[in-house]
Amino acid sequence: MNIPMEQGILLAAILFCLGLTGLLVRRNVIFMLMSVEVMLNAAGLAFIVGGAAQGNADGQVMFIFILAMTAAEVSVGLALIIRMFKEFKSLDIDKASTMRG
Amino acid sequence: MKEYLWLIVALPFVGSLVLAVAGGKISRLASAITGVGTVTLSAVLSIFIGLDFLNNNGTPFNQTLWQWIDVAGLSPNIAFHLDSVSMTFIFVITFVGALIHLYSAEFMWRDEGFVRFFAFMNLFIGFMLILVLADNFLFMYLGWEGVGLCSFLLIGFWYKDPLNGHAARKAFIVTRVGDTAMAIGLFILFMTYHTLNIQDILANAPNTWAVGSGIAMTTAFLLLGGALGKSAQLPLQTWLPDAMAAPSPVSALIHAATMVTAGVYLIARTHVLFELAPVVQTVIAVIGAVTLLVAGLSALNQHDIKKVLAYSTISQIGYMFLALGVGAWSASVFHFMIHAFFKALLFLGAGAVIWAMRDEHNMFKMGGLWKKMPIVFWTFLIGASSLAALPLITAGFYSKDKILWLAYASDKGSGWLWLAGLTGAFITALYTFRMVFLTFFGKENAEPTKHPGMMMTIPLVVLAVLSLVGGFIELPENMGHVNLFSDFIEKTLPITSIANMGHTTEFIFQLMSAVVAIGGVLLAYQLYFNKTFPAAVPKRSPLQQFFFEGWGFDWMYNTLIVIPIVFLSTIDKKDFLDYFYQGLASLAKQLNSILSASQNGKVRWYAMILVLGAIITLTLILYP
Repeated sequence: MNIPMEQGILLAAILFCLGLTGLLVRRNVIFMLMSVEVMLNAAGLAFIVGGAAQGNADGQVMFIFILAMTAAEVSVGLALIIRMFKEFKSLDIDKASTMRG
Repeated sequence: MKEYLWLIVALPFVGSLVLAVAGGKISRLASAITGVGTVTLSAVLSIFIGLDFLNNNGTPFNQTLWQWIDVAGLSPNIAFHLDSVSMTFIFVITFVGALIHLYSAEFMWRDEGFVRFFAFMNLFIGFMLILVLADNFLFMYLGWEGVGLCSFLLIGFWYKDPLNGHAARKAFIVTRVGDTAMAIGLFILFMTYHTLNIQDILANAPNTWAVGSGIAMTTAFLLLGGALGKSAQLPLQTWLPDAMAAPSPVSALIHAATMVTAGVYLIARTHVLFELAPVVQTVIAVIGAVTLLVAGLSALNQHDIKKVLAYSTISQIGYMFLALGVGAWSASVFHFMIHAFFKALLFLGAGAVIWAMRDEHNMFKMGGLWKKMPIVFWTFLIGASSLAALPLITAGFYSKDKILWLAYASDKGSGWLWLAGLTGAFITALYTFRMVFLTFFGKENAEPTKHPGMMMTIPLVVLAVLSLVGGFIELPENMGHVNLFSDFIEKTLPITSIANMGHTTEFIFQLMSAVVAIGGVLLAYQLYFNKTFPAAVPKRSPLQQFFFEGWGFDWMYNTLIVIPIVFLSTIDKKDFLDYFYQGLASLAKQLNSILSASQNGKVRWYAMILVLGAIITLTLILYP
């Protein structure tokens, strides 16, 4: 099966925009983290599609990198969320705005 | 042994550095050992070097460590000059300093600033040694300002009370007036001689300047200004009574034994310049005579035991200046040494009393302490007898009597100077024993809460012994004729030329000063012994109030200088230049408030800005 590059990129763009919208509109910090994951995977998808179009494995290598980075990011992110919940007794990101100038 | 001269100076600095850097981490005991130990080592070393120096018949010794600065003909060295005068001074500084450090270890033990205290005290000893050992004026000036700094730091040691901070600033600013004059004097010396080396200048001065020439007089006057400020002589004496805000060991070390006599050292060191300016020398004698009377009368009307001692210090340094003024150089240095012993002893004794009486300074609230604190009482009594110059047994008698005799007999002396000194001696005996009787006799108004231990009593006993036997190294011609000290000093300073000779006259003069001293004690006995006083601030007549307030000098300086300057600076605060700079400041503040509004702490807002930025950047790249 051969998917044209344009369609793959379009899918990646749609996913990225969904993730971005989620990040901007959700106030629950867990959903925000999930949105960030969606955005990252959209970026990964774009790499793979690009790599496939050129006929080499560079895109897939890049995706493995992104995957590893995501794993690290999620662990840090979840730890921060736990801290935040202990501090503010809430997952509302707007409540954690004590560092205003 | 002499090669280790630099070590005497370096040790206190090392102690201060260790305490400043590691003081918070080592234990209180280790800090005390560092603080007391370094100065004690210096003292031991200075005794060995002193013995070596005596064996070499007092030949001056120079030690150059390295060159400090070399620019446009100004090339002072970090170098020390040891002669009999600086030897006497370093002996007193390190020896009395070590005793006072030992005393402080117990006195300050419970104070939270214990480590800071010893760091400052060690620093002070180091700078004071530089002052007296420096071989050039610039290096000496470093020590001169360094001791001023330490004095400032230690007067304001208990900085939580704003009054102490005020006293510290006052001491710093008033002495600065004198220091400025001295600095200008040093500029003149450098302009004329193209060097600041003290020995070179002293050797060249008589060939360059004629006796009584304008430039010599100006320079001598300017140097005298520095000496007056440091030694708290008229008209710059107002800072010393306020400096009593410092802990008692500080008063003993800095404001009695060592720093305040730096002026005496400066004049003795540059005696050649003052001999070229006879008018200035007469002025010194007159200032000394007037100061000793003014301060003596003020001391008579104080109720704070430390203020009595402060005015007494001003008065005793007045005697030293009187001696310098009549050319009695060795008598002045001799009185400096004896005064260092007994005045340090009195301050330490007063400190022990204050320490035991829960920080009570008022003598009228003490009384009857002689039974409760016997060692303090007996040592204090010895110090007081020495200050009052009780004849034959005390060292103070021999040193003061020498000054009184030479004030009359020297070729620069006169009957008036002698009379002022004699009146001063009477007042001294009176206020000294007023202090003793009020503090140690009479009704017991309060119980001492603690008793001094070994570390506090040993310095008292050693200084008491020195206050008694210290005088026997210099006895008058008709009483044994021992001249050890003046022979030693006169290797460096000129011999006093005597105009009025005669053993009978001298004997009559000695008899008169003895009678006057005993008379003062008897009058004090009559007025204050076992009398009851309302335990509060005594009632004073307007004249006594005037004396109590130090002859209105504070009031005068406030009205003439402080208030006009504060007034001018309040007006000057709002000139147009300030508007410009205030405008700059408020502009920066405005911009800051705009930018800080964007820091609202909301993560989603930041993400939004990030996205907007990315869109704008991409647009710019894709559609240029």
